[in-house]
Amino acid sequence: MSRPVLDVQDLKKIYGTGEATVHALRGVSMTVHRGDYVAIMGSSGSGKSTLMNILGALDIPTTGSYKLDGVEVGTLSDAQLALARNRLIGFIFQAFNLIPRTSAVANVELPLAYAGVKPTERRRRALAALDIVGLADRADHEPNQLSGGQQQRVAVARALVTEPALLLADEPTGNLDSKSTDDVLKVFDDLSAAGRTIVIITHENEVGARAKRLVRLVDGAIVTDVRQSPIDLPPVGAAAAHARVQAVAAGHVAAGHAVAVRAGGTTYGSPAGSEWNGGRHSS
Amino acid sequence: MNFFEVVRFSLRGLSANKLRSALTMLGILIGVAAVILLVAVGNGSAKAISDRIEALGTNTITVMSTGRGGSSSTALTKKMADALIDPELAPDIKSVSPVVSASSATMTYEGSDHSVSTFVGTTPAWFAASSTPVEKGASFTEDDVNQGRRVVVIGQTVAEELFPGVDPIDKQVTVSGALFTVVGVLKEKSSTGFQDSNDTAVAPLTAVQQVLAGYGSLTSIIVEAKDPDKVDAVQSEVSTILDQQLNVSSTSSSGNSNSTPYRIQNASSLLETQTETADTFTTLLGAVAAISLLVGGIGITNIMLVTVTERTREIGIRKALGAPRRTIMTQFLIEATLLSVLGGALGVAAALIGSHFTIVGVKPVIVPSSIGLAVGVSIAIGLFFGGLPAARAARLRPIDALRYE
Ligand SMILES: Nc1ncnc2c1ncn2[C@@H]1O[C@H](COP(=O)(O)OP(=O)(O)O)[C@@H](O)[C@H]1O
Ligand SMILES: [Mg+2]
Repeated sequence: MSRPVLDVQDLKKIYGTGEATVHALRGVSMTVHRGDYVAIMGSSGSGKSTLMNILGALDIPTTGSYKLDGVEVGTLSDAQLALARNRLIGFIFQAFNLIPRTSAVANVELPLAYAGVKPTERRRRALAALDIVGLADRADHEPNQLSGGQQQRVAVARALVTEPALLLADEPTGNLDSKSTDDVLKVFDDLSAAGRTIVIITHENEVGARAKRLVRLVDGAIVTDVRQSPIDLPPVGAAAAHARVQAVAAGHVAAGHAVAVRAGGTTYGSPAGSEWNGGRHSS
Repeated sequence: MNFFEVVRFSLRGLSANKLRSALTMLGILIGVAAVILLVAVGNGSAKAISDRIEALGTNTITVMSTGRGGSSSTALTKKMADALIDPELAPDIKSVSPVVSASSATMTYEGSDHSVSTFVGTTPAWFAASSTPVEKGASFTEDDVNQGRRVVVIGQTVAEELFPGVDPIDKQVTVSGALFTVVGVLKEKSSTGFQDSNDTAVAPLTAVQQVLAGYGSLTSIIVEAKDPDKVDAVQSEVSTILDQQLNVSSTSSSGNSNSTPYRIQNASSLLETQTETADTFTTLLGAVAAISLLVGGIGITNIMLVTVTERTREIGIRKALGAPRRTIMTQFLIEATLLSVLGGALGVAAALIGSHFTIVGVKPVIVPSSIGLAVGVSIAIGLFFGGLPAARAARLRPIDALRYE
């Protein structure tokens, strides 16, 4: 198997000093390979966003190593970081974070502009990305003329327009109703089916169940890391997810999939592709 | 991303935030225009004052009594004025005009009346000496003065007040119960300050003494030199003669010292003092202008700072999408520059247009350096407060910029 898209080792993040110190991450290690679709779940305050921001090179860890596509992110200069954010990562925020009073297509074009793509080519690719998320007809609308679900789909289009190695989404459906949630998740399923690597944060079981792999975070540490479906097959989608939600809720693990519990500093490494069956427990 | 593209980004940024852009430009516009106009008004009034003094004629001197209450021993009399016409003792004097003036004489014509603010009684030489030519009709003659004929030359304001749409020449007006015949109208004079110099009437000395002022002392004597260079000579000649007339013991009297019962005012020295006064006035207005620039600057700063949160978040988004720091700084600096320069240019335009109008009775005269100062300071403020927060935000980690509140 090729080198992992994302490889973090013993990641720690401490906010504040003295009395106000918060250990948001207490040594997280995780490897994500190309084509995987990972859902990170956990209660509020468990450190999901903190982890995601570090993965997106938007923030830096207090200690620990983060390799993006084999490159140690901590050693990158500001300009190289900008390049990495632009070329390797597509980040989707819970709050959409579209540029206000700027049309959908202009928002989607933005990463391409920073990548130095010519205007005509830029426009063509932005429209293609909007087409993928089903918003080609809303290209000229400004964010405040779009529904939440539509805004988030514009944000998804913006994240994938540069064809990044890694799509990161922090509770992308957190502000959406169930219909819009389905629209957005459908886009993720399609992208995953097309071979994109996706890491998504969610607190909804329905969302987590669709992913190929489910990681649970408690108090800044990974407690479970479950392979739900093979990395090289398309994700199971909504129908199967529904059945799995029942099982997860009942405390079981879906048949044919194993659990990897990770504690302390031990690393969980995903074995290659479909051989994933035996699972591994470490203590 | 090349520079041209960054400029396009800046333009798009400006048009995406029209209200903010407009308010920022308005702030700069007001700051710039206020400074330029205020300084221009100060300069304009200073200029008007000096023009007016120059119009008085730089080859005349004015003798006034310093005695209060018209004490007979110090008063200027017609006899003294006549004594000044002496080719032997005073060869450089061209003309001597004794003046009595009455303030607020009411002039009546066919039921309408007007209070003339200065009613002057003098001799015909006065018109030339005081640079007050007659526009319509004629001035009175030496003979009129000798005969004490009741004729009058009126100023523009009086003509407009009493004879709207009527030719005032040969009309009869009543002043203090006496009938005067209007023989001429004075040419319009520029006036400065609160007194309207066109609200005047001029009549023969004798007539005015008879009707209004009485045969007492003169208000002043205007002495005209043959040549502007001879003004100083004339001044000492006048002193000598007046000292004789008034029996002033001090032979070294210059005419200006406090010991003499009269005072000699000469237009060029008056001009000097007035220029000083005008300079003070301009400085004062400059201070007012500086304050308005400060206020304008605070306005610009405010609107810039109010939007810092939004801009910082936007910069966070752009950084998350992979914008390099330099590109962001360039974009926001270009935005700030465009706003400041455009606002400054509009401010200059507004000031130039405004300077064509008369403001509080003063015709503004633009001081070029004030344009440079106002534009420079405003642009500096715009660049600083537009550029600084952007530069700071561009240095933040994207997540900190996104969280900024
Ligand atoms: N900027 C910050 N400053 C201080 N504490 C923070 C900051 N961001 C997050 N935290 C703390 O870190 C912990 C994890 O936060 P977060 O990663 O946002 O959790 P989640 O996204 O899982 O809800 C929380 O206790 C939160 O209060
Ligand atoms: Mg969160």
